[in-house]
Amino acid sequence: MIELIKQYWQQYLFGTPAHPTGLVITLWLTVASLGLGFVLAVPLAVAKASTNRWLSIPVSVYAYVIRGTPLYVQLLLLYSGMYSLDAVRSTPVLSSFFRDAFNCTILAFTLNTAAYTTEIFAGAIKATSRGEIEAARAYGMSGLTLYRCIILPSALRRALPAYSNEVILMLHATTLAATATVPDLLKVARNASSDYYLPFVAYGIAAVLYLCISFALIWLFRRAERRWLAYLR
Amino acid sequence: MLFEGYGRLLWNGTLETIQLSLLSLLLAFVIGLLGAAAKLSRHRWLSLAATVYTTLIRGVPDLVLMLLLYYSFQDWLNRLTDAFNLQQIDIDPFLAGICVLGFIYGAYFTETFRGGVLAVPKGQLEAAAAYGLTPWQVFRRILFPQMMRFALPGISNNWQVILKATALVSIIGLHEVVRAAQDAITGTSSKGAYHAFFFLSVAGMIYLVLTTLSNLVFIALEQRYSVGIRKPEL
Amino acid sequence: MRLIAILTVLFASLIAWSPSVSAKDWKVIRFGVDPSYPPFESKAPDGSLVGFDIDLGNALCAKLNAKCVWVENDFDGMIPALQARKIDAVLSDMSVTEKRLQQIDFTNKISYSPTRMVAKAGSNLQPTAQSLRGKHIGVEQGTIQETYANTYFAPNGVNVVSYQNQDQVYADLKSGRLEASLQDEAQASVGFLKTPEGQGFEFCGPELNDSKILGSAAAIGLRKGDVDLKNALNNALADLLKDGRYQKIAKKYFDFNIYGD
Repeated sequence: MIELIKQYWQQYLFGTPAHPTGLVITLWLTVASLGLGFVLAVPLAVAKASTNRWLSIPVSVYAYVIRGTPLYVQLLLLYSGMYSLDAVRSTPVLSSFFRDAFNCTILAFTLNTAAYTTEIFAGAIKATSRGEIEAARAYGMSGLTLYRCIILPSALRRALPAYSNEVILMLHATTLAATATVPDLLKVARNASSDYYLPFVAYGIAAVLYLCISFALIWLFRRAERRWLAYLR
Repeated sequence: MLFEGYGRLLWNGTLETIQLSLLSLLLAFVIGLLGAAAKLSRHRWLSLAATVYTTLIRGVPDLVLMLLLYYSFQDWLNRLTDAFNLQQIDIDPFLAGICVLGFIYGAYFTETFRGGVLAVPKGQLEAAAAYGLTPWQVFRRILFPQMMRFALPGISNNWQVILKATALVSIIGLHEVVRAAQDAITGTSSKGAYHAFFFLSVAGMIYLVLTTLSNLVFIALEQRYSVGIRKPEL
Repeated sequence: MRLIAILTVLFASLIAWSPSVSAKDWKVIRFGVDPSYPPFESKAPDGSLVGFDIDLGNALCAKLNAKCVWVENDFDGMIPALQARKIDAVLSDMSVTEKRLQQIDFTNKISYSPTRMVAKAGSNLQPTAQSLRGKHIGVEQGTIQETYANTYFAPNGVNVVSYQNQDQVYADLKSGRLEASLQDEAQASVGFLKTPEGQGFEFCGPELNDSKILGSAAAIGLRKGDVDLKNALNNALADLLKDGRYQKIAKKYFDFNIYGD
């Protein structure tokens, strides 16, 4: 067990500068997917909460499909499936994009978290009290200002607890990256396990590391709630 | 041929997925009830143990837990049976999958049921005790039906998660839909074609159908458990 | 009080009911296999397992009057599964190496096939770190080829990509994600290069030799301590070699001598 830790501790945490592995990759995947997913989700949530059918129905369909299928299948589709299509392989831009395992993984994670986040934010936007919107319109605020100053700040605050859940789930979901050959924490654990034939130790170390990050994220969100949801206390 | 001869394999995989999900749901349901009872009990050590259980399980990714438990489970069971000089109990992958999924999602169900139980007005339970109902009768007639109404959204959510988690079980070797699709892809690739996109889309479609059917079932269940409740006028 | 009584009775009955420990008579042998390695082991469209290892295992069981049960498992999980007693033996083209011998035991040799690299025809790549620098080479997780690549290639600027099973390696080799792949020579030849899939690819470079990492031959993996099973399988294997059944099975899949010398 000690030899396993001695040989693999570096790979578990950060690998080498030329070839990063482990915790660093997991964190990078989590942050990148969440960031891109957030940016994507805000306009989509506005569209979903809108009364305009042409806007809300496509977004609803997208969210329904993504939430109804496993992330694993989505990842495989984007990694193995897309690259097998002739149309993709013959276009240089698409081909070079889907060739890289990293790109496929981040794309799959982003689309997935954007769908869930859209649902959360749309729910929060719909829960904005009527009175606030009426008052804003009485002040003469137009669409964009209305969203920017009134609806989004309060909706995002309301969504904070549910979004913190989604962030933890995204962290857990990054373990799938190993199946698309991205060398994240779970992949290193697999390597260690098949090298030393000590699965409990190898996966146990990974579990402890994930636990630590989860706790850190929960603590971060508690701080955020104390600041932004202070009016609820 | 529609599925290049792999239709049967995909169908078997679908059945396996459904069986796995339902049985895991059952196990997780039972563990969840026990866990919620433990968490809400008066004994400090019980609630502490339950809290440790839910925190650990929800803080670690399910794939890591699956890999951890899949190999360790059999190992511990072997040690147990060895210690008592018993015949080794064999856990086949299907049973292992159920145990692992049930164990993991039992933690999520614990939280769901805990929230559900807390939402039932305490007065109901006090009145039931005053009537002289035994604890089991209180649970069966008073607590459970009312708790289900509050717990139903959480249960439907967890069910969908279990259904999708069965896709991960293919990684530890079970023959469910995703593994069947991958086998189909490999099988047809040797004939010179590479229908990865097609078979994976089929797998995705199957899941979509399953989740849609589940949604319909839950809408029906919600109507049944909300009998007599007036919806708030918005 | 009642609960304690019930538990005690259960406990006591569990202990009382224990059968005496006797030497295991191998009536059922569970073989672990990873069916992504044709022609050694693969899956037919109807889901059944086919291949050289499958036929050999069935023949051995027939000789031992035992029932063969084939358990599918990922290759890198074979040894943990063996140690957890999910399977009794590993028959999946597993090579005998020092590292593996520290954990498990092996029977005598059942086949020998060296390691060789596959790449696109005409690419002129060699299985050396300099030639592969900056390129992607695919290996299957848990194999000796993965260890070899990680030992000699990865520290020298080659991207070693590990896959869950061999099919995925070939899939990415074909699609262009990988420039080369490292695997068993017989498997690559019969299972890939000679199929329509493998058109346009060829072996690049010579057979690789490194007895420490690549081992000397493939054999059936067993738990340390299952000496009676080991002896039984060795005897059965010797019989098959003597009466020609081994050669008959081998000829079905290989047009060269897979046993080696």
